[in-house]
Parts: sequence; C-alpha cells; structure tokens
Amino acid sequence: MQIARVIGDVVATRKDDGLTGIKLLIVQPLTPDRQPAGRPLVAVDAVGAGVGEHVFFVRGKEASFPFYPAEPPVDAGIVGIIDHWDVG
Amino acid sequence: MQIGRVVGTVVATQKHRKFEGAKLLLVQPLNLDDTPRGAALLAVDGVGAGVDEKVLVVLEGRAAGEALGQKAAPVDAAIVGIIDSVDVIDTE
Repeated sequence: MQIARVIGDVVATRKDDGLTGIKLLIVQPLTPDRQPAGRPLVAVDAVGAGVGEHVFFVRGKEASFPFYPAEPPVDAGIVGIIDHWDVG
Repeated sequence: MQIGRVVGTVVATQKHRKFEGAKLLLVQPLNLDDTPRGAALLAVDGVGAGVDEKVLVVLEGRAAGEALGQKAAPVDAAIVGIIDSVDVIDTE
C-alpha cells in the first residue's frame, strides 16, 4: 500500500457494468515527507474519500476486494483516509 | 488505472482462443495534461471504444479478463471506460 493525496476525479459515462456506482479519483502517490512520488493514477474509492485528502491505496486485484462479492475490473483502490502520519 | 487515448486498431487472425470476439486497440498512455507518456500498449476493449477516444485502462490480469468476460484469459490490459472528463483540482 502507498500513501497518496487525492488531486482530482474522473467521469466516465460509458464504462464496464462492474464500475457502475463506483467513484473514480486521481491520486498522486507521496513520499513519507509529503513530496510527489511518481506519476498520478486513477483509483476507485472504497471509503468515501474526496479531493485534497490524504489516503492510502492498494494496487492489484486486491483493489476489488472491498466490493466483494462483486468483482469490478480495477487495479488500484483507495482503502483508507489518513488522519495524520509521523516520520520518526 | 491509467488514462490513455486510443490511437489504433489491431487485427490478428491467429490468436489464443480466449481472444475470439475480442477487439484489440492500441492505446497511448497520457499524462494529466494529455501529453503522451511511455510506449503505446495493446488493450482489449470492454466498452466499445473507438480511435481518438480518451479511455480508462486497467493494467492487471484478472481485471482485464473480467472486462473481456473470460476467466483465465491471457491478457494484462483492458479498456473499462470512456472518459467524459478529468478534473485535477488539487495539484499542491
């Protein structure tokens, strides 16, 4: 899993049936000191996240697990909203 | 998932049986400012996308098979949505 900031959203009317009702957000992965790390990507939202929030997300087929028994075709999903983090 | 633009179509007569009926499209991944990023890739189309459309691409085997409607299909990329709009609000 990785820490990221939600920086935007994506709207797609015509899409796979499995994605119906699922929110698509753009996340920018971050380093522990809050700098951008790598390229932004599109992730599905499983926790009610919004733009500007710090979140953690999971990659791979595991991103579909929050929607079980449905199996939406996704490869990245937000699974937590971070209240704060500290680097020692 | 990644954002990309459909730049071409691919026809292959001889292929694995799981590809029967599948539409293969060439997709150029894009940055958020619509500039091309990296090499174009081949994705199966699950939504009826066409050339020049901006699309949402899933890059994971099981998900791509799901979009194709096949279990255990030898695929690793699929188009799962046609993008109406992308809004980048917080670029801090």
